Amino acid sequence: MNVPATPLTREHGLALLGAMLRIRAFEDRCYQLYGQMKIRGFLHLCNGEEAIAVGAMQVLGPEDAIVATYREHGHALARGIPMEQVMAELYGKQSGCSRGRGGSMHLFDASRRFYGGHAIVAGGLPVAVGIALAQKLRAEPNLTACFFGDGAVAEGEFHESLNLAALWKLPVLFVCENNLYAMGTALERAQAEPDISAKAAAYRISAAAIDGMDVLAVQAAVAQACRTVRAGSAPMLLEMRTYRFRAHSMFDPQLYRERAEVEAWQKRDPISSLTERLQALGMLTAADLQRLQRDCETELDAAVQFAEGSAFEPVSDLERFVYAERSA
Amino acid sequence: MPNAVPESPATLSYRDAVREALRQALSEDPRVFLMGEDVGRYGGSYAVSKGLLASFGPERIRDTPLSESAFVGAGIGAALAGLRPIVEVMTVNFSLLALDQIVNNAATLSHMSGGQLSVPLVIRLATGAGRQLGAQHSHSLEGWYAHVPGLRIAVPSTLDDARFMLAAALALPDPVLLFEHLYLYNMEGSLTEGLARVDLEHAAIRRSGRDVTLISYGWSLHKCLAAATTLAAEGIEAEVLDLRTLRPLDDAAIMASVRHTRRALIVDEGWRSGSLAAEIAMRINEQAFYELDAPVARLCTAEVPIPYARHLEEAALPSPAGIVAAARALVQPAGGD
Repeated sequence: MNVPATPLTREHGLALLGAMLRIRAFEDRCYQLYGQMKIRGFLHLCNGEEAIAVGAMQVLGPEDAIVATYREHGHALARGIPMEQVMAELYGKQSGCSRGRGGSMHLFDASRRFYGGHAIVAGGLPVAVGIALAQKLRAEPNLTACFFGDGAVAEGEFHESLNLAALWKLPVLFVCENNLYAMGTALERAQAEPDISAKAAAYRISAAAIDGMDVLAVQAAVAQACRTVRAGSAPMLLEMRTYRFRAHSMFDPQLYRERAEVEAWQKRDPISSLTERLQALGMLTAADLQRLQRDCETELDAAVQFAEGSAFEPVSDLERFVYAERSA
Repeated sequence: MPNAVPESPATLSYRDAVREALRQALSEDPRVFLMGEDVGRYGGSYAVSKGLLASFGPERIRDTPLSESAFVGAGIGAALAGLRPIVEVMTVNFSLLALDQIVNNAATLSHMSGGQLSVPLVIRLATGAGRQLGAQHSHSLEGWYAHVPGLRIAVPSTLDDARFMLAAALALPDPVLLFEHLYLYNMEGSLTEGLARVDLEHAAIRRSGRDVTLISYGWSLHKCLAAATTLAAEGIEAEVLDLRTLRPLDDAAIMASVRHTRRALIVDEGWRSGSLAAEIAMRINEQAFYELDAPVARLCTAEVPIPYARHLEEAALPSPAGIVAAARALVQPAGGD
């Protein structure tokens, strides 16, 4: 898909760069905090993939719904869940965005239509289809953006969900973050047809493969796809070709990929790419960059302080929320 | 010209009662819709939804492809977004294809989101054996589902409950699984006059007695009632407790009855090992042990995949004769009095 890039202003360029730097800094801080045993459980960092969440969230409206995966810190932050609430969640605190019951893999914010944080691969897709069904039945102009990885494509729920969304003409934007590995299994070792966007054709869903390392390309593609989905009330699939710079989780020695491959992709770092582009256009000074980075660190320090200072949920509330506390 | 007969209370089947419940829900709440395999044009695998398509149209009586995981998950999503979906899963065996959505999503989302989300979803499933449908259409897995926090499990075993449990389920903000025993669909009778609603909290005594409590639900409940009639002829007065909800269990009602009769027989169409019967027996042990006159007994399905042949299927399931024998053994232990 040849998507014309939107005209880039300095203001917008800096906003995109700042948003990506913020996610990168958050992930790097999480890595440190994990080493200090402040954060436990599984931790899946999205370094390298920031452009997708940032580019997409630029386009999605506040009434659109979002379903994400267990590698969703970037999506949550880009959607506007306050960093302190995300960090507090990783600390397992009451002030976390899931009151400490979700953790890194299960971030939620109902007020921002952020429906998780799903850690069963492809398990979020049917839920996204259902949210879109509700949007359609209520004749809302909204859509549901459903993020998932290349691993999900091997699951039956991917195929069932694409079929149902297409059959019922539901406003779902399927966004596949193809980072080439399902944990440690390379795409071509798992898929007879490794071209993910081609699979959508079997369900008569229009699809496009996008450079997921280019935030402007992502933003433009999502903008066009959202117009298509809203106008036709039909789903669309975008395959974002990307790469995860860090290990799958904190327990992954990365035996399945070559160092050279990682380095080759790091040359396409979405943050460096945009930085260079803005500099070449004369829109970014060294002082701008320093300020953006300093802002990230300031916000992070405050978020960590907030998380560390927050209370734990009392154990007496352990069984709260197993059943809803409000009436239907 | 036939003689005019006085009008008797309208007779209806369990199937009719569920259909009327659906019709009422669809009529009263525009957020409600029904979806599942063959619920529309076909009229429902067990003919429960027959005629609803003509009344409510294809948007609200929604035929789905054979994609249990996707359409149950879609029900969860639609519930999250504020609708009140009723999802029909043709049999409990098929629900295993949607187990991920039911257990990993429906049951967890409220708690895992710190109470921000709720999943007001009703899933209706046919369950149980007795129609020679073999090992992939006859199992009773409601006891498994009752293991899972976050789900509510209810079993309409009477016409009144078939007629009114759905509304009670829809009024709750949580995922509710309603298990309809396929053998009961043809059961006929009349509704209790004046009854307009039931709850989803309490067990119900369907027959009072002083000598032994028969604890059951579903088709087995009716076997217990038949057994109680036989036992009465022998001078044994059995109390029959209809559990109605399997999660949460109504401990208070179970213990009240057991304290009264001092003996309990649990009849459960699930398999014995790890069964709901085991759970109930343990709760009685924990809460009423010293008031028992005999060890708690149970009658479950034989530990085989349900076979096709009629005599084998019958042999696998709890029977009224088996219930009579087990109850008699509790009340009149060998070597007796």
